[in-house]
Amino acid sequence: MTTVATTPAAPAAGRAPTTTAPKKKGSGGGIIRYIVIRFLLIFPTIFILVSMVFWLMRTTGDPITAALGGRLSADQLAERVAAAGYDRPILVQYVEYLGQIFTGNFGTTISTNRPVSEVLLTYGAATAELAFYALLVAFIVGIPLGMVAAYWRDKSPDASLRIFAILCYATPVFFSGLLFKLIFAVWLKVLPVAGRASTSSELQMQLLPGKTGLYTIDAIQTGNPAVLVDVLTHAVLPALALGLLTAGVFLRLVRTNVIGTLGTDYVDAARSRGVSEFRLVQKHAYRPALIPIITVIGLQIALLLGGAVLTETTFEWKGLGFMLSEFLQARDFVAVQGIVALLAVIVALSNFIVDIIAALIDPRVRY
Amino acid sequence: MTRIDSPPRQPSRLARLPIIHQLHQSVGLQRGMLVAGLVITTLFVLTAILAPLVAPYGYSQLRGPDGVFGAQQPPGGAHLFGTTVGGYDVLSRVLWGAQTALFVIVVAVLLSIFAGVFLGLVSGYFGGWLDRVLVVVCDAVYAFPSLLLAIVMSIVISGGKSDLVGGVMAAAISITVVFIPQYFRVIRAETVRIKSEAYVESARVLGSGNIRIMVRHVLRNATRTLPLIFTLNSSEAILTLAGLGFLGFGIEPTAASEWGYDLNKAISDVSSGIWWTSLFPGLAIVLVVMGITLVGESLNDLADPRLRGRRAVGANAGLVAETSVVPGGTLAAGPGGLDGLESAPIHPSDGEAIS
Repeated sequence: MTTVATTPAAPAAGRAPTTTAPKKKGSGGGIIRYIVIRFLLIFPTIFILVSMVFWLMRTTGDPITAALGGRLSADQLAERVAAAGYDRPILVQYVEYLGQIFTGNFGTTISTNRPVSEVLLTYGAATAELAFYALLVAFIVGIPLGMVAAYWRDKSPDASLRIFAILCYATPVFFSGLLFKLIFAVWLKVLPVAGRASTSSELQMQLLPGKTGLYTIDAIQTGNPAVLVDVLTHAVLPALALGLLTAGVFLRLVRTNVIGTLGTDYVDAARSRGVSEFRLVQKHAYRPALIPIITVIGLQIALLLGGAVLTETTFEWKGLGFMLSEFLQARDFVAVQGIVALLAVIVALSNFIVDIIAALIDPRVRY
Repeated sequence: MTRIDSPPRQPSRLARLPIIHQLHQSVGLQRGMLVAGLVITTLFVLTAILAPLVAPYGYSQLRGPDGVFGAQQPPGGAHLFGTTVGGYDVLSRVLWGAQTALFVIVVAVLLSIFAGVFLGLVSGYFGGWLDRVLVVVCDAVYAFPSLLLAIVMSIVISGGKSDLVGGVMAAAISITVVFIPQYFRVIRAETVRIKSEAYVESARVLGSGNIRIMVRHVLRNATRTLPLIFTLNSSEAILTLAGLGFLGFGIEPTAASEWGYDLNKAISDVSSGIWWTSLFPGLAIVLVVMGITLVGESLNDLADPRLRGRRAVGANAGLVAETSVVPGGTLAAGPGGLDGLESAPIHPSDGEAIS
C-alpha cells in the first residue's frame, strides 16, 4: 500500500455524481423490536430445516436397515429396528425427534454407538478452529485487495485482481487443497501433509487437564512453543484453501462497494476540498463499504461450513466435516442427520447474530 | 439523470438477445472478460458434445491395442496426461467428464428454472399465506449450506449409492433442490413489483384471467434477470457435482467420467508425488467454472449501472437499471441479497451519467 501515494490520482473530474436515494423503510420500529422479531424468526428456520432433513432421510427407510441391511438376517434386523423404535408410526417418531432435538439429544450413531451430541462436541471444536482461521485468511486477503482493485478501477491491477477473485471462486477447495499439499508438503516439504497436529504434540495436549479441543488454545496451555508451532503449521494449508474461497467473495464485495461509495455526494464533497484519492478510498469510502460485508458474512458462514466438509476430507482434519463423510461412507444416517441438524442450528444462529450486528451499525437495515 | 426523458432507442431484434445485447454494451476490460468467458464456455460445450470423437479412449477403457494401460503411468507416449490409479487414461476421463458436467448442468438448471419460476410467479402473484410459507421455507433452504442439502438429497434419491445413469440424475436433482430458492426469490420479487404496474392493472380491468395475466404480462417481464442467474448457477452446479463426487456420491467410473470422483481417487496419489491424476481433472473444473463465471460476472456488472464501463449506454440505461439484480429489495429474512450478486445499500435509481 505504500506505493499508492506515488501514482497519479485517478481521474476524478470525468465522473459525474450518481444520485443516491437512500430508501427510508417505514418510520418507526426500534432496534429492540427488530431484535425480537429477528430472534423469533430463528425458530421457524430451524424447525423447517430439521423437519425437512428428517422427512427426506426417512423416505429411504429406517436407518438401521440402511446401515446394516446386508450384514444381518431379517429376524435380527427386525429385532434391532423394534428395539430402536423405528417400527412405530413415523409421525410419533417425528414428534419424539423434535422433542429430543429441543433437549439437545441428537440420537445415537449406529456405526460407533456413541451419542451424536458427544461426536458433535468432540469434533465441533476442530471445525470451529478451521472456520476461524479461514475467515482470518479471507479478511486479510480479501479486504485490502478489494480496496486496491477499487482504487485502480479498470486498470491492470483491477483486471488481474478480478481474475484472481474469479479463480478463488472457480477453484474447488479440494483441488486447491490438493495443489497446496503437492507443492508445499510433498515437493518443498515445508509444511505437513495432513492432520491437525503431529502425534507427539497430540499426546502432550491429551494430558492437559482443561483441554478445550481447540488445538491452538490447548497448545498455548502446554506452554511448549514447539507444540504451538506444530499446530499452527498444520493449520496453514487448510485455512488457506478454505479462506481463499471466501477471500474472492470479500474482494469483489469491497471493490463493488468502494466504487459505489466513491460516487456519493459526501465523497465528492471531500474530493472537492482537496482530499487525495488514496485517502478517499482508505478513509471515506472504506467504512461504509464494510457494512455489506458484515451482512454477507452470514451467507459466507453457510459457504464456509459446506467448504469445511471438503477441506477436512482433503486434509484429514478431524472435524465435523471429516466425520460427516466418514459416516456417509458407513451409511450411518442417524449421525448424518444429527450433524446436518446441528449445522442448521449454527447457520440460523450465526445469521441472527450477523443481522443484529448489521442493524446496530446501519440504521437502514432495521425495518 | 441527463437523458432520462429521451425515448430509449430500439436496437434490432438480434441485438436485444440477452448475451449479444450485453456484448454490444460492454467496453474495454469488460468486453475482454465477456469474450474470454464466452470462448471458454463454447469450448466446454463443444468438448462435451464431441467427447466421443475427441477423446483417445473410452472413459472406462482399461486396455488398448497394445495391452493393458497400467496404473499411474506418467504423462507421455500413448497417454498424454498419464493414467490413474485405477488404470484409466486421464486425458480421456477429463474430456468425457465435460459431457457429464454439461448433462448435469442442463438437467439441474432446467428443472430448477421451471420449478423456481412457477413457485415464484404463483407466490408473488397471489400473495397470502401460501406466499409467506414459501418465502420462509425458501429462505431457510437458501441459508443452508448447499453441499449438505445436496448430500441429503442424493441419499434420498439414490440411497447414497452411485449406480448408472441414476447417479447423474441424482446429482442433477440434488442440485436442483439447492437452486430452486434462488430462482424463487428473484422471480417472486420481480412479480411483486410488476403486479402493481399500470399495464397489469389495465389487463385486469379488461377482464383478463389470472393465468393469462401471469403468463403474458408478468412472466414475460420477470424473466430478464434469468440469464444472469443461469450462468452463476451453472458454475455452482459444476462445483456441487464435483463436491458430491469428491465425497463419494459421484458416479461410478464405469458409468460415466466425473471430475470430482477422479480427484477423490487422487488424494492418496498426491502424498506420493503423483501430480497428473489430480492436476488435470482439477484444472478442467477450474477452467469451466471460470469461463461460465466470467460470462455471469460480466452480465452482472453490465446490469449494475454503478459498475458499468464509463462510456456507458445512456439511452439503454433506463432499461438495464430496472434489471438490477434483486429488484424491489431483498426478501424479509436478510439484507444480504443473493450471494455474490451484491445488492448494495445504494439504490440504483438512475444510470450513470455520460461523461
